Amino acid sequence: MAIYSTNEFKAGLKVMLDNDPCAIIENEFVKPGKGQAFNRVKIRNLKTGRVMERTFKSGESLEGADVVDVEMQYLYNDGQFRHFMVPDTFEQYQTDEKVVGEAGKWLKDQDSCTVTLWNDAPLAISPPNFVDLAITETDPGVRGDTSGGGGKPATLETGAVVRVPLFVQIGEVIRVDTRTGEYVSRVKE
Amino acid sequence: MSQDWRPTCALELLRLRAQMLAETRRFFADRSVLEVETPLLGHSIGTDPQLEFFTTEYLLPGMACMPEACREQDRRSPTRQTLFLQTSPEFAMKRLLAAGSGSIYQIGKAFRNGESGRFHNPEFTILEWYRVGFTLPQLMDEIAELIGGLFSGQSLQETQRVSYQDVFVSFTGLDPLVFSYQDYSAYAKESGLSEAVAICGHDHPLWLDFLFSHKVQPQLGKNVLCMVYGYPACQSSLARINEHNALTTDRVEIFINGIELGNGYYELADAKEQGNRFDKELAIRQQQKLPVSVKDQRLIAALQSGLPDCSGVAIGLDRLLMLLSGSASIDDVLSFAIRRA
Repeated sequence: MAIYSTNEFKAGLKVMLDNDPCAIIENEFVKPGKGQAFNRVKIRNLKTGRVMERTFKSGESLEGADVVDVEMQYLYNDGQFRHFMVPDTFEQYQTDEKVVGEAGKWLKDQDSCTVTLWNDAPLAISPPNFVDLAITETDPGVRGDTSGGGGKPATLETGAVVRVPLFVQIGEVIRVDTRTGEYVSRVKE
Repeated sequence: MSQDWRPTCALELLRLRAQMLAETRRFFADRSVLEVETPLLGHSIGTDPQLEFFTTEYLLPGMACMPEACREQDRRSPTRQTLFLQTSPEFAMKRLLAAGSGSIYQIGKAFRNGESGRFHNPEFTILEWYRVGFTLPQLMDEIAELIGGLFSGQSLQETQRVSYQDVFVSFTGLDPLVFSYQDYSAYAKESGLSEAVAICGHDHPLWLDFLFSHKVQPQLGKNVLCMVYGYPACQSSLARINEHNALTTDRVEIFINGIELGNGYYELADAKEQGNRFDKELAIRQQQKLPVSVKDQRLIAALQSGLPDCSGVAIGLDRLLMLLSGSASIDDVLSFAIRRA
């Protein structure tokens, strides 16, 4: 794998740090007029998701990490593993809940998502920013209510629970922003 | 279509810069400090191992556009010379002082290779001035007057003067003048900077750079002008050692809102001491396999001939403009930052 020097550190670069794959978020050049130059780097550990700050002496280098994002189709959950497939090649990957994490509650069979591979093994799963899911359970709505104002919890077909306006009913499909977990709109089928 | 031809700063910043330069020139004219210009291209360059310089090639007259002829003639006598773009006008200005110029100032460009970031552009504008007969505290008064004037009408409240030792102790609990590997390492680990131990090892000045940059500087000068004086002797650069405390040096750094704006000294006038400091830095350069710099013998000769007692300071005008305009990045105050230059 390539070696990257501090002057090549830029947002999105994947490197190995403390034996874990990490993504650089921000790189700030710090140098006293009379003194040593440093790079203060904000970096995300791709395994744990944790963001940390780390300082390097300018000119130091890190090994690149073989990390790629691949669009895949989510196939199914066999109870132990989740299965994904690359649509073009039909190549399949499986991974456990630990890697899937929070993304799991937005994954519907056949939907596409981004699988981050590290040395060809799934490292993280990211759902699309917006998903359309059917409501399987929620309290009956109050007649006459047309806007937001309060809302109620609704369980979706993937098991996720989101707050929806009172007028939304069981069986309807709604659009959810997966980054905030918030209801966006109803989806007309 | 590409917008790359456009300035990196807003047009309003051009006016603000012009106003800052005009006010600065008026300030010095009122005090009868002479404006000077010194060469950007020089035969020698500073030895500071922390400063990378730009090297250029000067073709002697008649040799331009004749590369073949050059190669032929080079065997007999050199047709070209290495010239350096100056990292600051300090040496040339000191030669003027030694020649009897009296107090002088300069507004010009300085070049530092490898420096680019939110607060750095490899080519930048520097204001440097020297006051003959001034002690460092007197120069600090003048710095406060100049900056206070430029910020008039803005919310710069007061001027803080604090010793390096006091400010370092208050933010880290460590004594900057006495190095303790154990204490420094323990502090770094406690404060989430454990990488400092591997980076700095037993290098006291490097520890000071690291801890000061990370833990002290960001806290300095919240809407005030903060002047830190009495730097540790191991960071003396071109300042005199303090006559009452040999562990400190007569050097001042100025900060506003955590941004380093400038650096001043009660100037070292001892030619022998200056020569020694150059040699020490040249040795470090050699050891670290850094580009070879050429010691300024003319500066040494000027000091031998006699530099009047004086204090001097250099201020980064682009950063000052950042503060005056509330800009987040140096690119926002430059007509064309390096990426569009």
